[in-house]
Order: sequence, then C-alpha cells, then structure tokens
Amino acid sequence: MELLSARHGDAVVLSPRGRIDHASAETFKTALGPHLAQAGPGRALVLDLGAVDYIASVGLRVLVLASRQVRAQGGTIVVAALAPLVREIFEISKFTLVFPCFATVADALADLAARPQPGAGTR
Amino acid sequence: MLIRFWGTRGSLPAPLGTAGLRRKLSRALRGAVGRQLDTEEAIERYVAEELDFATSHTFGGNTACVQIDVGGPEHVLCDLGSGARELGLAAMSRYRPGVSQVFHVFLSHLHWDHIQGFPFFVPAYIPGNRIRIYGCHDGLEAGFRRQHGGPSFPVDFSQLPSSIEFVRLGPGEAYEIAGLQVTARRQFHSGDSYAYRFERDGKAVVYSTDSEHKLDDPASARAFADFFRDADLVIFDAMYSLADAFSIKEDWGHSSNVVGVELCQMAGVRHLCLFHHEPAYDDEKLTAIWRETERLEELTRGERPLRITAAYDGLELRV
Repeated sequence: MELLSARHGDAVVLSPRGRIDHASAETFKTALGPHLAQAGPGRALVLDLGAVDYIASVGLRVLVLASRQVRAQGGTIVVAALAPLVREIFEISKFTLVFPCFATVADALADLAARPQPGAGTR
Repeated sequence: MLIRFWGTRGSLPAPLGTAGLRRKLSRALRGAVGRQLDTEEAIERYVAEELDFATSHTFGGNTACVQIDVGGPEHVLCDLGSGARELGLAAMSRYRPGVSQVFHVFLSHLHWDHIQGFPFFVPAYIPGNRIRIYGCHDGLEAGFRRQHGGPSFPVDFSQLPSSIEFVRLGPGEAYEIAGLQVTARRQFHSGDSYAYRFERDGKAVVYSTDSEHKLDDPASARAFADFFRDADLVIFDAMYSLADAFSIKEDWGHSSNVVGVELCQMAGVRHLCLFHHEPAYDDEKLTAIWRETERLEELTRGERPLRITAAYDGLELRV
C-alpha cells in the first residue's frame, strides 16, 4: 500500500493507491499512523482517494478509527476525489453521511482554508 | 429444503400503519392512471408485474421466526419471535385435529424479540404436541418460563398441556435432528447468540442473526467464512448500515448488508438473505437497501455471483 503525502499550509494531503481490502488494510493503517499523530488542533488531513480502486469494510473501519483519533486531538480529517466505484461503496455503506466528502482535493482544501482557526477571534 | 419466513424484523414488531398503506395505495392508483384495468386479469397483472416491490409488498412487522420445512407433521423452526403466532396457526390448520405434531425450535438467543411469540404459539396449548427447544445458552428454560406467567402473561408455563423439552447443544458439535445435520456457532452479541448451519442432501442453510462481525479480526472473519462455506443460503443480520455499525451502534451486536456481502463472497455462498430488519425502516427504505446490496454485489462480484434477497414475512425460498 503506497501512501504519498504533500503539505498544503496547515493541511496534509495523503494519497493512497490501489485496493484497500482485507490484504492491505493493516498496511494502510500503519502508513496512516504517523500522519494521524501529527493532526492536532488547527491541522487537517485530506485523504485523496482518487487512486484507490476499491475499499472494503476493513478499509472503511480504518477511516473511522482515523477520524476518531484526529477529532479527539482537535484536528480535522476529510476525504476527497473518490473514484466512481469507491464513491458508490461510500454511498451504499452510508459513509457519505458520517464522513465529510469532497469532489476534489482542491474543494477540500478550499473548504478547510475557509474554516475558522482554533482560537481565532479570542484573546 | 423449503425455507419459509414468518417474522423478519429485529428488536420489535413493526406493523404497517395507515400512513404507509395510504402511500402504497396512492402510488398504485397514480400508476394506474391511463391504463386499461377493466378486468380482474389486467388488475392482477398490473399488481404483480408493474408495481415496484415497496408498493406491491410489505416486509411485514413480525419479529424473527423462520421455518425449514422438512415435510410432514415434524417442523423445524429458528426462533420464536412474533411470527411464531401465524406459523402455529398455519401448522394447526394444515393437519387434522388429533394429529400430534413435533416442533424442533433452534434458538439464537433469549432476547425478547426471539421468544415473544411463544405465549401465542397455539400448538403449545394442544395436548399431544411435542415442542423441543434447542439452544446453547444456560437458562434456556428459565427465559421461557419468565415471560410465560404473571405479571407478564395470564397463563403460567406449567399449565401448557403440550410436551415441552429444552435441549442444550454444544457449539461446534454436529447433531442429527429431524433429518438435518445441525451445527451451532457462537456469535458476538450481548449475552452471546448462536448461528446454526443446517445440512441435508448436499444442501446447506445458515441462520445467522443477531451477530456483529468484526472483519478486521482476521481469525474471526476466517472462522465465520468457514462456517458459511459454500452454503446455498445464508440468512444474515443486516440491521444497520455499515457506517452506523462502525460508529454510534458499534458493539450493539448487529451487522450490515456490506459485511454480509463480504463474508458471503469470502465463503463462496450462493444466496444471501438480508434479515432482522431495523423496525424504524419502512418498506421504501428496506427496498432501497435491498437494491443497494444487489449493486454492491455486482460491483464486487468474484467468480461466482451471489444472489441477494431481502427477507419479508411470507417469503418462501427453496434450496
């Protein structure tokens, strides 16, 4: 499981490639680990799923656990650029109702940039 | 084997109300506008062939009760939810008075929605009938006695004139009962539940309800795939969406359609039947889940297609 990363201001875009299934979900989880640890207050992770061909329930479970950890740390995690098949799996599993999904990485970054930063407007 | 579904809801009976019925009538009448429905045959054909499932059917509201019809006055049942009432009446009307009937009941667990039909199970009130209730739980008999008597019910269990026996099974052991080879397996559910695999003449049916599957535990996933292996039919708890099962309803002890498809594909199952429907879902919502599950199977199909059905009260499947 290849996981590319790129920084965009306070956001990091993570781009896994290939299938996230029963054979690769644990590797995906391990690869995500260091990035999750750094996603504290004011930091955001964008999971660019454009190069993911398929995601099984175990892969979606990794996303749930990642979201839980990042939110507990005060950070933000979203997904973007879902390929058509993965988009359908998100819809069928109702993940579109519980996970912020954006059509493109640019849309996700724009939305994150427009959000108020923690502590902004306070003394 | 003929599998007959008498109750398919989870948790609580959920009858179709007037609002739901009116929606169906309105849709059916709107669809009839401009059609030449002036004969009985034309009307029947319109209802059977033109209306969508959510309009022409209801999933029904009874809680879990499934029959494996092995023929003759010997019956094999899974669970005794509220669907057991209608099953009991049908069994009594099928055979003339005086014919003693035997009911072999395999109990997934003792939660109320799986035993609540028994106080209204007419065969239990007929002398000469024999009811054998099989399960893997301690306190099987106590669970039945507790609901069958004051203050919950006017007739005490001890007053039932039929012969009622409780038979403790061991998970993983193979038993020959009513011409079927039966094996039980423990499942993740509050207080545990048990799945049953029934085999006869090279055919296999698995009844697996009230079970939360943790597929990120490879050993558990493999064990259930082995239990389901090459089954002709798996009746599967698909009560929640995957998102709910992973979030607000985690550890509530139920599964999803997505996990059902994955497990059945791993196991080479031929037919997945979605079961233990959420009582809050109406016929439109359950039909949508059924269609989405078919689509998921199509998207992820391997070498062997997996047929998808959503169980409804009155459904019959032959394997």
